[in-house]
Amino acid sequence: MRKHLFNVGAILQGFGITFKYMFVKRPTIEYPSIKKQHAPRFHGLHELRRYADGKERCIGCELCSSACPANAITVIGAENAPDARVSPGERHAASYEIDELRCIFCGLCEEACPTDAIVLTPRFEMADYRRGAFVYSKDRLLVPSDAGVGTPPDERPNGIPADLGRVAEVKSTTNVDRGYSATHRGEVLKTERKGLAG
Amino acid sequence: MIPFWIIAVVLIVSALWTVTARKPIYSVVSLLLNFAALATTYLILHAEFLAVMQIIVYSGAILMLFVFVIALLNSGIAPIVLGRDRVPVAPAAAAALAAIAFVATAIAAAHAPAIVPIASHSPLGAVGRGNVFGSIGDFGQALFLSRLLPFEITALILMVAVVGVVLLAGDLTPYVPTRRRAEQSRRALREAILREGK
Amino acid sequence: MLIVLVKSAVLLAVVVTTFAYAMLFERKILGWMQLRPGPNRVGPWGLLQPAADAAKLILKEDLTPKTADPLIYRLAPFISLLTAFAVYAIIPFGANGDGSPWAIGNVNAGILFLMAISSIGVYGISLGGWASGSKFPLLGAVRGTAQMISYELSMSLSFVGVLMLAGTTSLTGIVNAQERVWFLIPQALGFIIYVITAVAETNRTPFDLVEAETELVGGFHTEYSGLRFGSFFIAEYVNMLTISCIATLLFLGGWNAPFGLTLLPGIGWFVLKVGAFMFFYMWLRATLPRFRYDRLMTFGWKVLLPLATLNLVATAAWVALH
Repeated sequence: MRKHLFNVGAILQGFGITFKYMFVKRPTIEYPSIKKQHAPRFHGLHELRRYADGKERCIGCELCSSACPANAITVIGAENAPDARVSPGERHAASYEIDELRCIFCGLCEEACPTDAIVLTPRFEMADYRRGAFVYSKDRLLVPSDAGVGTPPDERPNGIPADLGRVAEVKSTTNVDRGYSATHRGEVLKTERKGLAG
Repeated sequence: MIPFWIIAVVLIVSALWTVTARKPIYSVVSLLLNFAALATTYLILHAEFLAVMQIIVYSGAILMLFVFVIALLNSGIAPIVLGRDRVPVAPAAAAALAAIAFVATAIAAAHAPAIVPIASHSPLGAVGRGNVFGSIGDFGQALFLSRLLPFEITALILMVAVVGVVLLAGDLTPYVPTRRRAEQSRRALREAILREGK
Repeated sequence: MLIVLVKSAVLLAVVVTTFAYAMLFERKILGWMQLRPGPNRVGPWGLLQPAADAAKLILKEDLTPKTADPLIYRLAPFISLLTAFAVYAIIPFGANGDGSPWAIGNVNAGILFLMAISSIGVYGISLGGWASGSKFPLLGAVRGTAQMISYELSMSLSFVGVLMLAGTTSLTGIVNAQERVWFLIPQALGFIIYVITAVAETNRTPFDLVEAETELVGGFHTEYSGLRFGSFFIAEYVNMLTISCIATLLFLGGWNAPFGLTLLPGIGWFVLKVGAFMFFYMWLRATLPRFRYDRLMTFGWKVLLPLATLNLVATAAWVALH
């Protein structure tokens, strides 16, 4: 008898919990209209940068291509014509293609590039119905000539660029200001998780 | 009068369908229709309580058990297949004779002077009031005061029927608690296996 | 005759609209209780979601399994729908000054009529499940039949207490008898039994063994699609609404204002009470998990039925002594 009464108490407690949770703030981010802030070093779609005078940074050295562990990058270099220079040096990339379906977004191309030409932006919405649409060539990778020079990797803004839509006022699960030093990262995450649990 | 004839036709057709349907489940459905039509007949006669009880007891409970049995036995899927003599000639003739006699009696009775209180004298929808023909009070008085003995005898007959069913269907071994019974049957099985082994 | 037709049409429209928004509201409330926003894509706050659902159901392909019994398979959703809506012919939603109820038909045997109609409602489930000619629906139907027969008994007994206190079977009369004190107070045990059995009668969680998605795919309506499935769905929600109306009429004082607070008209209080009961249904669904089948039967026969009988005997003794 007493056991059954306790059961009734437990059921009532359950009702209380569900009722309480109706008024708890929901963690949902309604994605297409509101977007979550990314970590500063988020690896998204690539971008080919320019110099301030509008010349391309890429010199067609193919170091990115050889650094790529997924063989996603194909560069065909060519000599610069003296009267119509594409890049400041001797050579430029006549063709630069990245297969984003092969790409693993590791960022090794960015590290290999001697001129900081290729960088990974935080853009991530690349969905398409055709496989062919994922092979990005220079016409889509290169920063348009009227759109500045592109952001160098070290000065990348926290979060996502303005053209991606409204930014959610939701903190990332890790505190980005606390640094991403590889040795400390695990501990940072651990303390963060503790904080979340408490 | 027109509603009565419509209901009468529905009653007869559904009753015929009940006995002639090849699949048991169709019999159940037509019987359901039959009960509904019968309840409507009672309503026309201002016996509201009887009509409602007809629905609750027969349609709601008893017929439901038929459906239950049909569903469990799965016998409704295959139609009953019998030869030409599915309707035996002699009983059918007897039934037809009985039906004719019944109709004749009914016609004769219809012309006889009425001795029961005529239903249409009681106010419409009077089921909630006492001492009106067809009301709950009327029923209660009939069942528990003036007709108590036949009522109790009917109950006893039903009881005998239930006991009979249990005797026919159940096993007659004396009742033993479940655990001991399980032990007994296990022991019996073991002994049987040992006997077979020799 | 014409007035009855107009009344019926209006009531049908009201009930169907209420069904649509009850469904939306349920999804919203379930969402909130599970830390989700609930449907909010179609229209402002998702208010057009019911229309989108209806369009989807209408446009869906209407499938009939090869093993199904075509006649019964088509008949079953109509039985469910018919019995669900038929009840509204007698439910009063308020009363005029002279005491005549706001209802299509003023039936004196109102509550008996309710019981009769609801007892037929099971056929939709059991015939539909059987006629699908597949195993899961059959299991769902058999469970549903057994469950509804078992719980209908206790439900009827919980009605009888109210009937004895009110001394009438007319729903209007029962509400009028609650002018001073709601039957919730003298019939507290009866009310609890009614709530439990009513949830079981409408096959809602924690008594939704008829559907039991985790074990039976979709239970009795596994094979149904399109509007036939929609019919079952509408019937379920309309039955919920009916049960809420009955609870309001029998136990919560109907259109009587509580504590003499007459700042709302009677119909306003009625709607408020029905809405509160509907909310309780959804709250229940968000809180309790499903019963195990044997426990369900044990609970129905060994706990609810004796309790209901006890309540009945106690009420009868009380009425007899006064």
